[in-house]
Amino acid sequence: MNILPLLKLAVVASVALPVSGPTVGTVPGPARAGRLNVVATTPDLAAIARAIGGDAVDVKALAKPTEDPHFVDAKPSHVVTLNRADVLVEGGAELEMGWLPPLLENARNSRIAAGAPGRIVASHGIHMLEIPTGFDRAKGDVHSLGNPHYLVDPVNAKIVAAQIAERLSQVDPGSAATFAANLRRFDATLDAKLAEWQHELAPYKGAKLVSYHKDFVYLADRFGLDIVETLEPKPGIAPSPAHLAGVITLMKAQHVRVILVQSFQNRRTAETVARQTNAVVLDVSQQPGAIKGTDTYVELIDSIVRSLANAFKETP
Amino acid sequence: MQRVVAALAAAVVLGGPVGAQQSPDSTARLQRRALDSLGAAMRTVQSRLDSLERSPAPPAAPARAPGAYMNVSFVGLTDFAWTTASDIGALQQGGHEPKVNGFSIPNAELALDGTVDPYLKAFVNIVHQLDDKGETSVELEEMYFLTTALPKNLQVKAGQFFVEFGRQNPQHPHAWAFADQPLVLTRLLGPDGLRSQGARVSWLLPTSWYAEAMLGVMNSAGATTFSFRSDESSLIHGGEPIERTARGGGDLLYVPRLTTSFELNDTQTLLLGASGAFGPNNSGPSARTAVYGTDLYWKWKSARAAAGFPFVAVQGEYLYRQYDAAARARAVPKYPLGDLSAVTLRDDGAYAQVQWGIRPRIIAGLRGEYVSAEHASSDPQLYGRRTRVSPNFTWFPTEFSKFRIQYNYDQRRGLGAAHTLLAQFEFLLGAHAAHKF
Repeated sequence: MNILPLLKLAVVASVALPVSGPTVGTVPGPARAGRLNVVATTPDLAAIARAIGGDAVDVKALAKPTEDPHFVDAKPSHVVTLNRADVLVEGGAELEMGWLPPLLENARNSRIAAGAPGRIVASHGIHMLEIPTGFDRAKGDVHSLGNPHYLVDPVNAKIVAAQIAERLSQVDPGSAATFAANLRRFDATLDAKLAEWQHELAPYKGAKLVSYHKDFVYLADRFGLDIVETLEPKPGIAPSPAHLAGVITLMKAQHVRVILVQSFQNRRTAETVARQTNAVVLDVSQQPGAIKGTDTYVELIDSIVRSLANAFKETP
Repeated sequence: MQRVVAALAAAVVLGGPVGAQQSPDSTARLQRRALDSLGAAMRTVQSRLDSLERSPAPPAAPARAPGAYMNVSFVGLTDFAWTTASDIGALQQGGHEPKVNGFSIPNAELALDGTVDPYLKAFVNIVHQLDDKGETSVELEEMYFLTTALPKNLQVKAGQFFVEFGRQNPQHPHAWAFADQPLVLTRLLGPDGLRSQGARVSWLLPTSWYAEAMLGVMNSAGATTFSFRSDESSLIHGGEPIERTARGGGDLLYVPRLTTSFELNDTQTLLLGASGAFGPNNSGPSARTAVYGTDLYWKWKSARAAAGFPFVAVQGEYLYRQYDAAARARAVPKYPLGDLSAVTLRDDGAYAQVQWGIRPRIIAGLRGEYVSAEHASSDPQLYGRRTRVSPNFTWFPTEFSKFRIQYNYDQRRGLGAAHTLLAQFEFLLGAHAAHKF
């Protein structure tokens, strides 16, 4: 079989298509489309980027609000999304290490390469909690850079917002004033809401609760709550009957009445424990949009705080 | 801070015994001023604390500085196999499959990867295996670089690598859904897959959906170019392979591939591909081989997936090979000597498999497959028509370990049925593996 004609055709096609096609590479930069294409790995980061970017950006999240952000499929459609991105906001601290690297490898987009102004690693600048002193997977799937679920602390959201505003201004200096104004508004709103949230949870300072995974550590730290145990024996390790028996004993001994569960975690396990400890299972989420009426970051924290306050009130 | 100190000093001085010697009115005035001053200082301190809290902390020192430049990981795979067939080696022909009844180590893989510089990434895979005599062999399975900064959505990969033909060929054994590779890949691409030295150019098309075109240009000789200039080609055409060196562009192996993907809805993704492999074979001085393939992968994953579960994934590939065998001297001693006349050998085969991720870390799988052969070696044990059905069950205690059990029901023309039990245990050390789709 003579394949030279086929090769010639392929070469001609590859040269001709970008010229005769709709656009070369269809990369909508700020100058062409007028809006920055911002891609966030998770919906919480997307919500903050939306608040800061306002009308000057289009924001898309890769992970769904209802799915486990540690295990997102590296779908080919995400490659296309990242290929067109002007800015990428990632959580960092190894949250996306299981799925983001192959996407970036194939996205071939230097605007969001490591170190580029368009690449925002949101965890930079956060006071990370639970940074391990040694690396041993016998302790579970521990993140070596610290617990990556830091955005449930509103103060951390302000740090991330400031970073996003600064980087968006670098990438699109023409909209810098808009980003600065949006940041001021976001900060002012969060300052006011933080005082409100702290007031709402103040009566429950020191209240004990259990979570499924170590994903509400920063929230507890901010509002003075005490997460005494997790249903997972170690991060990323499925609950075993022996461990759950221990959790039940501990909850009974310490009168713990609240179990936090996210939409993708095993609610049935939590219900089993709750039945034996007279506790309530609280459906909460770290991602805007997972629970109805939580499309913005403020609505999300509002929902978490309200749920917690109600639960503590009902389970004295 | 100076203001705070001054206020505190004033408070101490004015509130102390000296103040007690003054008139009650002036003392009260002074104390009020001191209190006001203290209040202002406290507000300053509070506002500075708030501002400090809002300011980004300096980035923490990297926790793993030595590994920052390169990821290192090791995957160890142990197999256990038992079959009713007389020769398990003839039954399990894949390069990473058990060759003895009992235990074997078909794949122990040291993988290194990292960023070379702002323009390149690099990957190295060194594979250790124990053969059926327990002897260790070491092989540089893959070693290539990948560009990261080419314009026009182009990307070049060069070195030695598994060529992008179909879905499973580029995957390493730890990413397979079954303990062995599909029969059609073993027979048409080779026991160790289609792998060679060369370069591949890829272009991500400027479409609103995912579409990627690739062209690999590779050496066509070597043990892992089974259907081309391989020393083992007599297993296909039954004749003596000739010495055939590359003299021009036509003696290289060309591997074009087009792949595209669609989001059917929020939870379902479809990936389609078409591949070809064209190059010379060494049955004669101008003989050539063409392999064509199509592949499909469909996946449903729950919108509320935990650790990626539950999900259902269907994967299938169809391959067709046209092997132009030249007139050649017969190589198989058990048949009468004499020349074989020129003939075009046509083989095809397909497999379809479904995986059901029932709950976190537990997967049930089922695979059905066939291969059909028309070739001159006439050795049914190796190359007769064959069908196989394989149910399996996989449990991942964590992301870093895996247990699998599998049953194969084999039906080989002229040899009858064979029942095989396979069990696998795998562990991962080192860098967390990223999962491709």
